Amino acid sequence: MSSQAAHISPGPERSDRPSYLTDGHTLKSWLLTFDHKRIALLYLGAITVFFSVGGILALLIRAELFTAKGDLFDSDTYNKLFTLHGIVMVFFFLIPSIPATLGNFLIPLMIGAKDVAFPKINLLSWYVYMTGGSMAVMVIMLGGVDTGWTLYPPFSSTYSNTNVALTAMAAFVTGFSSILTGLNFMVTIHKMRAPGMTWFRLPLFIWAHYATSLVMLLGTPVIAITVLTMAIERVFHVGIFDPAAGGDPVLFQHMFWFYSHPAVYIMILPGMGVISEVIACFTRKRIFGYPFVAMSSLGIAIIGFIVWGHHMYVTGQSAYADIVFSILTYIVAVPSAIKVFNWTATMYKGSVSMDTPMVYAMCFMGLFLIGGLTGLFCANLGLDVHIHDTYFIVAHFHYVMVGSAMFAYLAGLHFWFPKITGRMYPEGPAKFGAIIIFVGFNLTFFPQFILGYLGMPRRYHFYPEEWQVLNVLSSAGAMTLGSGILLSMLNLGWAIVAGSKASANPWMAKGLEWEHASSPPITANFETTPVVAEEAYNYPAQLPSPAAHH
Amino acid sequence: MGNQLNLFPENASTFANQVDYIYLYLLLVCAIAALGVVVAIVYFAIKYRRNATHTAIQQVEGSHVLEITWSVVPLLIMLTMFGWGTWLYMHMVTPPKGALDFYVVGKQWMWKLQHPTGQREINDLHVPVNQPVRLTLTSEDVIHDFFIPEFRMKRDVVPGRYTECWFEATKIGVYRIECAQYCGTKHSQMIGKVYVMSQADYQKWLSGSLGAETAEEAGKKLFEANRCDTCHKDAPDARGAPLWGVHGSKVALRDGSTVVADDDYLHESILHSTAKVVAGFEPIMPLYDGQLTEEQVLQLIAYIKTLKAKPKETQ
Repeated sequence: MSSQAAHISPGPERSDRPSYLTDGHTLKSWLLTFDHKRIALLYLGAITVFFSVGGILALLIRAELFTAKGDLFDSDTYNKLFTLHGIVMVFFFLIPSIPATLGNFLIPLMIGAKDVAFPKINLLSWYVYMTGGSMAVMVIMLGGVDTGWTLYPPFSSTYSNTNVALTAMAAFVTGFSSILTGLNFMVTIHKMRAPGMTWFRLPLFIWAHYATSLVMLLGTPVIAITVLTMAIERVFHVGIFDPAAGGDPVLFQHMFWFYSHPAVYIMILPGMGVISEVIACFTRKRIFGYPFVAMSSLGIAIIGFIVWGHHMYVTGQSAYADIVFSILTYIVAVPSAIKVFNWTATMYKGSVSMDTPMVYAMCFMGLFLIGGLTGLFCANLGLDVHIHDTYFIVAHFHYVMVGSAMFAYLAGLHFWFPKITGRMYPEGPAKFGAIIIFVGFNLTFFPQFILGYLGMPRRYHFYPEEWQVLNVLSSAGAMTLGSGILLSMLNLGWAIVAGSKASANPWMAKGLEWEHASSPPITANFETTPVVAEEAYNYPAQLPSPAAHH
Repeated sequence: MGNQLNLFPENASTFANQVDYIYLYLLLVCAIAALGVVVAIVYFAIKYRRNATHTAIQQVEGSHVLEITWSVVPLLIMLTMFGWGTWLYMHMVTPPKGALDFYVVGKQWMWKLQHPTGQREINDLHVPVNQPVRLTLTSEDVIHDFFIPEFRMKRDVVPGRYTECWFEATKIGVYRIECAQYCGTKHSQMIGKVYVMSQADYQKWLSGSLGAETAEEAGKKLFEANRCDTCHKDAPDARGAPLWGVHGSKVALRDGSTVVADDDYLHESILHSTAKVVAGFEPIMPLYDGQLTEEQVLQLIAYIKTLKAKPKETQ
């Protein structure tokens, strides 16, 4: 579209001004920082801890399921393991993962701003998250919780003897960090764009985060109300959900899924944004059908709010409600399909370079295909009756949340690693780690589709012996997956300390964060406010000669 | 059985083949779609890989024709999935006339089942083959889910309300009843067995179990034992609302609204009698919550259903 000769800037020379990493070395300069980049790193540290906890819980679950008999833990302990795994991974890893780390770090850099619109609220959101996180840690130390992450009453509100109210309050408090982050991003994207950065020049990462912020702002208050009312019922015995006290347990499920289905899009939309950036850079192409990819993010966010009832086909809700939720669920699949087709078409006639972020992005596309397409099975009324609440569902949502969201997170961490740390990671171990994770992931979760169709319900501590072979495969996959992640984390950890110095634009990528900010950026992000005069991903028709960058 | 690497559970009900056909249709369509995209990704990654000889890039901006095609075509294919699945589902939620009425009560961690002829079982369910069976389900405590994989049939078992499902077994054998909704400590051991028997064997089994009374008979006894007939009587000065022909009818309430007196309403009115009081009556009925078990409430409702409307007694 743009007629001027496209070129890529190698980025500014290293500045005399200190980078955001060296601008203050005291603990206070980190804990009381208003710099969006430092806050992103505070989040990164905390999220890594929770991710590790959630991962260890997953390994314990899979260790138990090596055998058909529940012989490693007792049933109460097993139930606590999968409950805590779900709560830690959903509320403390997946939901904040990309937005709070990469989003926080990159949104101002990508739109040419000095910071987010409300830096103090940004810091507050981290403290709110840490408060909720500490409450979750307290739950674990006090003996855990056994309701399943879905917290269904009346089991949660009346029958469970574990720390349900504290868990609900941990989710309640953490929700506010989501709301504050969503609010901050939305205002930032509206009001802080650099001159010339029009809406349709925004990187697709920004569009994805805009759509995510919408869901965070509109959806999170509903889960807050839901878990709070459940906790009130439990503590004060008010009849809201427990039928013995005059309540309605299905009402809880409506309220819970009204947030928790859109929450899936909080997890996956930012990942889709990452994938768009990575594919553009490593094919040196403008994303095919840019406006369609941008609008499909909004489409997913909006339609995603009216499909929650597909979690409730077998609760006995009206069959006509089931039909409406089923067709809406099929419709919400269309914008996801649009994205996959456009990413694929972007590679056409590009110049494809298989660096680690691109390896993760290609894995993402394959796994998201499986995750998305198996969603069509779950959306199908007649078929879902059989697969509902079985391992088929467990496999389906892990393909979306781990196979897609986590792979996108790892793609993004590797892609922007030089920008964030100013150093490069060793490529060999990074790529090797990606492949181990991919193999381990599929070995873990593909057998679970078969187990689910055979009729193995989720959250089962004991299972019949004829299902042991598939469970052993799955558990072996989990150990492989775990080692791959450990390897990749160690590789990046080593590179933070000892990696070779990275230039401002080591990938020769388009985008303000690469072309106008140093690696790592200075505290104010840019020496001078950038002025944007071109479309996003305006890659030149010729590859840069190797001499052009240094 | 025996083969450790089955991909399908046994087909033992009239739904099973239907569900499997939809599953295979979706597998086929999705496999073709996924394969197409993966082949394209791999082909482009190889053909357009960056190397010394390949330095020119052709920017392709996009194509409205392509965008519309790859939105509309998948949508149309998905509509066939939706249509087929919905057609089957409507069949699954509509029990045929003449189905045998069984009652299921779930409680942590067991299944209590009652036959139309009154026999009761715990964790075992004997049913005749080739005969539609309708289940009315409720729970005494938390939410459970009644799942028989070989029948491709599953329904939540929710406290405080009735859910319904049905099946027609087609193959004689023994199958697992699983609880599919997480319900606490022994969720994975809330396992029952369904024994599908020939009609003759089922009759023999029924006659072999001792003097059971039907749900209606038990309900009638409960009705009398709890002195329900003191107020719910056929007299002008009756202090309780008339029950003749009430099931399924519209009832006007004190607050001016009307409800349909279905199973859920009767259940509520027995346990929490003051919640929705019939117009013209005082909220004086004692609460039976905690006094009656879910099975007893089911029996009372079964009895109330037998009370047919009397001529000229319309309220």
